[in-house]
Amino acid sequence: MAVAGAQGARPGGARLPARARLAVTAGNGLAHLSRLVGLGSGSVVGGHLVLAVDPSALSHLARGRRVMVVSGTNGKTTTTRLLAGALEAAGGTEVVTNLQGANLSTGVAAALAAGRPDLPAVLEVDEMWLDRLVGDLRPEVVVLLNLSRDQLDRNNEVRHVAQRWRQACQALAPGAVVVANADDPLVAWAAMGAGRVVWVGAGLGWRNDAAGCPACGASVAFGEDGHWACGGCGLSRPLPEVRVEGEGRGVAAGVVVRGPDGADSRHPLELELPGRCNRANAAVALAALVACGYDPGPALGAMARVREVAGRYARVEHAGVTARLLLAKNPAGWAEVFDMLAPAPGPVVVAVNARTADGHDPSWLWDVEFERLAGRPVVASGERYLDLSVRLHYAGVGHQGVEGLSAALSAAGGQVVDVVANYTAFHQLLAELRRAGEAGAPGAGGLGAGGPGAGR
Amino acid sequence: MTVSCVSVALVYPELLGTYGDGGNATVLAQRLRWRGHPAEVVVVGPGGPLPATCDIYVVGGGEDLPQSLAARRLLEAAPLHRAVDAGAVVLAVCAGLQVLGESFVGPDGKPSTGLGLLGCVTTRGRGRRAVGELVVEPSARWSAQGLTTCSGFENHGGVTELLPGTEPVGTVRVGLGNKDGSVEGAVKGRVWGTYMHGPVLARNPALADLLLSWVVGELAPLDDTLPLALRQERLRNGPAERYPGRGRARAGLDLLARVAGRGWGR
Repeated sequence: MAVAGAQGARPGGARLPARARLAVTAGNGLAHLSRLVGLGSGSVVGGHLVLAVDPSALSHLARGRRVMVVSGTNGKTTTTRLLAGALEAAGGTEVVTNLQGANLSTGVAAALAAGRPDLPAVLEVDEMWLDRLVGDLRPEVVVLLNLSRDQLDRNNEVRHVAQRWRQACQALAPGAVVVANADDPLVAWAAMGAGRVVWVGAGLGWRNDAAGCPACGASVAFGEDGHWACGGCGLSRPLPEVRVEGEGRGVAAGVVVRGPDGADSRHPLELELPGRCNRANAAVALAALVACGYDPGPALGAMARVREVAGRYARVEHAGVTARLLLAKNPAGWAEVFDMLAPAPGPVVVAVNARTADGHDPSWLWDVEFERLAGRPVVASGERYLDLSVRLHYAGVGHQGVEGLSAALSAAGGQVVDVVANYTAFHQLLAELRRAGEAGAPGAGGLGAGGPGAGR
Repeated sequence: MTVSCVSVALVYPELLGTYGDGGNATVLAQRLRWRGHPAEVVVVGPGGPLPATCDIYVVGGGEDLPQSLAARRLLEAAPLHRAVDAGAVVLAVCAGLQVLGESFVGPDGKPSTGLGLLGCVTTRGRGRRAVGELVVEPSARWSAQGLTTCSGFENHGGVTELLPGTEPVGTVRVGLGNKDGSVEGAVKGRVWGTYMHGPVLARNPALADLLLSWVVGELAPLDDTLPLALRQERLRNGPAERYPGRGRARAGLDLLARVAGRGWGR
């Protein structure tokens, strides 16, 4: 059973210095209060208080336990969930994790403060925070998934994020292992700064941010098999030790792990979660565990059973419609999501907001190949549905525009509707569906609280 | 006018395509096709030669290093210069505008030679980046040609000074524009430079048609219900998003941070 950030057992805290102990007590108390009055999970306010009382609380809370961190533009939350579940099964232990997706210093602090100090921690970390957090957390494993354009008004240049990752990798403690996607040139270049790297062939569905070499800026050429090489400085794809195999129809997918003796072992990968990217996420999680010496068997079984992650991939009944919930917040995410949609003419609701957490500039919609939605009933929804509507207009995709999310579900006109929402639209939708469920709407259910053990 | 296929070149999207500006090419081609004009988008990668014979060139925004690589490629065989000499229309956005100017800031922070197709010089801003909704009132010359209030999203660290012979798109109503909230954009002949992302032509169909009219002459009207709804919504909500609450005070602070800032932006 995962111990979600704010819901774990109270820590003993005996090994913590007095100030950190006070910070933990105060932070957990405030988080508890926040939940009591219904303000949310409390992980953000609680974490703020922890760090306000003791700015060095993170390093105290991380000391003495195994810490694994997961970062990347897409797939952080899912991979963290897969890795935490797999570690529980493989290690026979509870795991502390920030399942609510609170992945800045405050969320990490809250998760660690709420969990027992001796338990291992699997933590999702925002890509812009990785370099600031690894110094305190001193992780044993750093999982680096991918880097692409996202929230451009804040992270102006994805190449600068790669630069910061590289510095973070260079500063890791000796013995730390980086598990990195060899197929993403930005990630590979960053991870090459680390002492020990396990390379995973995790694939790259979106290459438009990797066309310029992160080291020298020259053009990177991609080959058929995912191989890539820079024409200028010769930077090239490291040979993966772990890769996903057999993704075609009718062929069971598997993870192939190259052992220290050079011999391959193949592990079947039968996930409830859909899509190429989730098989890759599972392979990365498995690689992290194998690097720490765990047995792959129980880990694979635990990952196979995950059916939803904080609402993502959940199926929810609402007003007679079954909604399949998918999250996509940037072009790279969308490149993976198209293949998860029900075949045409399955209806699709696309919901787009442009709040701070989404990025205030939704221009990225023009980098998504929405032409692929032609031939389905499509509803443009969310606070910025007009931006999406104009994009669909020029893509030649007939659609309706319905700003309200629940109303958009009904307007889609199908028994089963795929809903693809970006970050805050997704959370808004979850909240609306939960409210409808609590109000006793017929058949509204199937949506876990997004907390511990969701999807079991 | 003969109906020949209008070619829209999307210039180096791998280098200059960070902010969805490739959408401008989609908009231009679609607006022609909807009117019965054949149109094609020619996507040109940095590996191959850029044809000098297209009718319209769309140059987008990008990051520092790719921007200077793109400039180098465009200076080598000067395909864009030849195209402009032959009367081609160019839409250059953000980094594209900077590259087309006399000089811009290279990745090393030093001035780098631009294409000189626009009379402007871009230097590093001293303050923080200009990020947020941008509203521009076109100058009399452009409004006489049908251009209405423009809406876009700016996101740049450089500040651009116009030189004689190059005129702005218009005056800034919300945001910072080229430098300090006075003017936005750079236009010289048929080369149109702007800091507006969005993409700019998705939000401002009148600008798309102005540029297209330079190529094919007068245009039949289109049903622009959706693009105009978006434009109206952005003009209504954009200013408050950029300067919530006490708008003018915030705008003043933004300007102060930009002009007198401590140099913590790029």
